[in-house]
Amino acid sequence: MLVALTIATAVAALALAAWCGFAAYRDQPTKDWHFIGMGVVTFLALVQLIVGIVLLARGEDPEQGTTIFVAYLLGSFACVPAAGFMSLAERTRWGSLTVAAGGVVLAVLQVRLYDIWGG
Amino acid sequence: MTGTEEGVKGERRQKLITGPGILLLWLYGVMVVGAVSRSAVQIATDFHKAPLAYSLSALAGLVYGFITYSLVRGGETARRAALVCCAAELVGVLAVGAWTLAEPSAFPDATVWSDFGMGYLFIPVILPVTAIFWLVRARRAAAA
Repeated sequence: MLVALTIATAVAALALAAWCGFAAYRDQPTKDWHFIGMGVVTFLALVQLIVGIVLLARGEDPEQGTTIFVAYLLGSFACVPAAGFMSLAERTRWGSLTVAAGGVVLAVLQVRLYDIWGG
Repeated sequence: MTGTEEGVKGERRQKLITGPGILLLWLYGVMVVGAVSRSAVQIATDFHKAPLAYSLSALAGLVYGFITYSLVRGGETARRAALVCCAAELVGVLAVGAWTLAEPSAFPDATVWSDFGMGYLFIPVILPVTAIFWLVRARRAAAA
């Protein structure tokens, strides 16, 4: 597992969470710039998914099992887009807060991914 | 799901996922995915290791799934059903949390509700309390 990529994704996810949390604090819905940010974070998660699958294909083995590893990779890829769509349905500060929560969840998933891979 | 959708009695079905409700829906959605996928993997691979813990995780997943569905559906019946489930969820997380602390030997592996949901940032214990407030408030808003 690329440790650098995991850290980058986690940091980007937390930055997104802070940014959208700030928008919620200022009573604003998510805007175009926020969606570009979500796109960047989702792209990182997608790269991670691809890298993870390539590593598995090359015969490397996650410490806590392949199934759990792939499940977490898919979960972290779907996490931010799902929150993003919900913020499209809820054009208030609460939509922004949902995306912020999505960023926090993604960061937690990254920590778990690191553990599952075995450090 | 939309505000214009007509209920069975011709009343407007009350939306439960506006405002703060959308955040609740998201957190419940995350818990559904977490609890269901976790218990599915554990029951499928090594159920014999900790049958009680894995069954409780699966049960938690079902409860979360039902609450999520109720929130999306909206309306008075769904609101009441979700309220009952949130109460059950709160009782469950408190009981299982206390149980895991009192008798760790019964749980060779963790459940979603172990140690009051510590492994899930205490979301399992905070969520039902928040949801109960929200659902009770939704009734007052509808009555007003």
